Amino acid sequence: MLTFDDVQIIQDDFRLSAGFAVAQGARVAILGPSGAGKSTLVGAIAGFVPIARGAIRWGETQIDRLPPAKRPLSILFQDNNLLPHLSVFDNVALGVNPNLRLSQDQRGTVMQALEDTGLLGLEARKPGQLSGGQISRAALARVLLRARPLLVLDEPFSALGPALKSEMLDLVARIAGQNGAAVLMITHDPADARHLCPQTVVVADGQVLPPAPTEGLLADPPPALAAYLGHA
Amino acid sequence: MRWRAEPRALIWAAVFVAAVLIALNLGALGAVVWRAERGAALGAADWAAARFTVIQALMSAVLSVLLAVPVARALARRRFWGRGVLIVLMGAPFILPVLTAIVGLLAVFGRNGLFNDLTGLLGLPPIRIYGMHGVVIAHVFFNLPLSVRLILQSWARIPAEHQRLGAALGFGAVARFRHIEAPMLARVVPGALAVVFLICLTSFAVALTLGGGPRATTLELAIYQAFRFDFDLGRAALLALLQAAIGATALVLLAQFTLPDGAVSGLDRTAPAPPGGMARWLDGVSITLAALFLLVPLALVVARGAPHVWGLPAPVWLALGQSLKIAALSVVLLAVMTAALTLAGLQRRWPEGLGMAALVASPMVIGTGLFIVIHPVADPTGWATAVTALVNAAMALPFALRAVLPAARRAEADFARLSVALGLGWRAHLRLVLWPRLRRPAGFALGLGAALSLGDLGVIVLFAQTGGETLPMQVQRLMGAYRTGDAAGAALLLLVVALAGFVVLERLIGGKNADV
Repeated sequence: MLTFDDVQIIQDDFRLSAGFAVAQGARVAILGPSGAGKSTLVGAIAGFVPIARGAIRWGETQIDRLPPAKRPLSILFQDNNLLPHLSVFDNVALGVNPNLRLSQDQRGTVMQALEDTGLLGLEARKPGQLSGGQISRAALARVLLRARPLLVLDEPFSALGPALKSEMLDLVARIAGQNGAAVLMITHDPADARHLCPQTVVVADGQVLPPAPTEGLLADPPPALAAYLGHA
Repeated sequence: MRWRAEPRALIWAAVFVAAVLIALNLGALGAVVWRAERGAALGAADWAAARFTVIQALMSAVLSVLLAVPVARALARRRFWGRGVLIVLMGAPFILPVLTAIVGLLAVFGRNGLFNDLTGLLGLPPIRIYGMHGVVIAHVFFNLPLSVRLILQSWARIPAEHQRLGAALGFGAVARFRHIEAPMLARVVPGALAVVFLICLTSFAVALTLGGGPRATTLELAIYQAFRFDFDLGRAALLALLQAAIGATALVLLAQFTLPDGAVSGLDRTAPAPPGGMARWLDGVSITLAALFLLVPLALVVARGAPHVWGLPAPVWLALGQSLKIAALSVVLLAVMTAALTLAGLQRRWPEGLGMAALVASPMVIGTGLFIVIHPVADPTGWATAVTALVNAAMALPFALRAVLPAARRAEADFARLSVALGLGWRAHLRLVLWPRLRRPAGFALGLGAALSLGDLGVIVLFAQTGGETLPMQVQRLMGAYRTGDAAGAALLLLVVALAGFVVLERLIGGKNADV
């Protein structure tokens, strides 16, 4: 379980308070107006934004002081999830060994992950030779390999068309299921939230509201979310 | 933001490089000041040198930029066969050895040159290239292309929408200039003027070969003469101080302008059809004249030098060896300096400032300072190779940093989070993330460093004794002895070696398709 224990994040004159928990294996969307601090919140979980007060815990362990790679999570950024000068194979293999020194067995697991994500035959290509969907798949193959119990998505599919995006969300669901991982997903599209996440947290006015059922939240949004969604 | 601790060794390396650079600039100046206290005084000739230094730099800057405007405009709005090649050639003077250019310019503008043949046919009096004329012509030869590139880039950045808007509103030449081109020029011209002014301020080789005498001596040349011919260290020191003061003032002035970016990009966007009539004719003339001015001297070096290359006397070949030795050492030093300052510069600003400061540093001041420091303890001629390589590296450093540092910062901005999230250590980060992104600009930077070092005629003249000459020194010597054929041959050899040095290093380090 991921717990935000009375956390406060301060960046210049921006403040964000959060106190909530995400259960193991839960799938939670993060919704809110732009500039409200969705990415900041995710940055704090992943280790890119320091917290000023409180604690972030995974189970009983406090993780907010750990370096990013030691935290029990994988993160996908909006872009630049692949190194453009490395092959697809190497990009995925970084999830097994960051120095790219792989044993024969490890090479096998990389190939397996590529097969699971439908990238077999593309392993020698550079990211520049892939389509947007294939790039997302390669990033997800690495997530699959790292097998961390939490998957954080900072809008990695926002550049994809609706059909491709929904395909990727299904792949995320499958991988999270395979790894038994919880999912935290920033989105600005209520449809994405409905598609993948039974629960949603709203980030607005310097507050992170605790997770609530997505359907209920979208049907009867609190004022800040209503303004963002364009409801009267 | 810092997500990764930097290894201590890296910080120390950067501090060490910074200390060497500061010692090189300020320490050399300090040594010079220390020597200058012995009642030396500047004569009228020295003040004349100071005046000439500033005036020729001003004239060179104004002429280069003024002439560059119509050429840049023509290149920006016309499409013609060979345009791409011409734009690439505009970057070539950067790696063109000064002495090669001077041999070429003499073949055109010299007493028996093409230009005077032409004016003779028209019954006009011959022009004399030696003196202010020659110095300014040579500076324009080097800096016109640079200015064209800077301005062309600005021109290419005018949004196509603005051009289309102008066309839609029926702008004529005057309205177009006033509303679209003039505001852009107002932004780029001051920076271009400042860059050229600074480059010409420390001119030595051009003044040495085309200037000289009481009316065309730059401070750099005066320092050399006070030093080499009079061995008047006190006066050399005062001159060095004067040069440093002018350089520092110029740097402060320069800080007021934003320096234009070095890279040329986005040059092939389609704008509305360019105006015809007079404008078309004017553009054609601009491009033709600029191309002739730049290409004819080089063509003459090649044509006249080629038959003499194989028969060049032995000292020229020895000098080639010496030049290669210095360049090799200089490239290694440049690589170390660039690497240390780039890695330190990922999270800090000061390495950049340090690199820029070297732009106004005067090689002769540094050379004089080092000579004064070394002289009491050892024979300075024994240090010629090391000192020249070090000074060459320091002079190339600003350009190297401008090529590598922005690329490094971009790579870091794009991929540092990913690398940290995946747990790459420093070595893995260097090997898998930074190096593949940086090898191309690094190859360019070191290639440039090799070409600059091979073509340099500067601080070496303070140190080198007979037998230790570099190739540019030999070219100058052959010119001085009026052996024009051999001079052209050696100038061609110099050109080929400098170009080859650039190309080989750029390919070797930059790789074939490193960026993909």
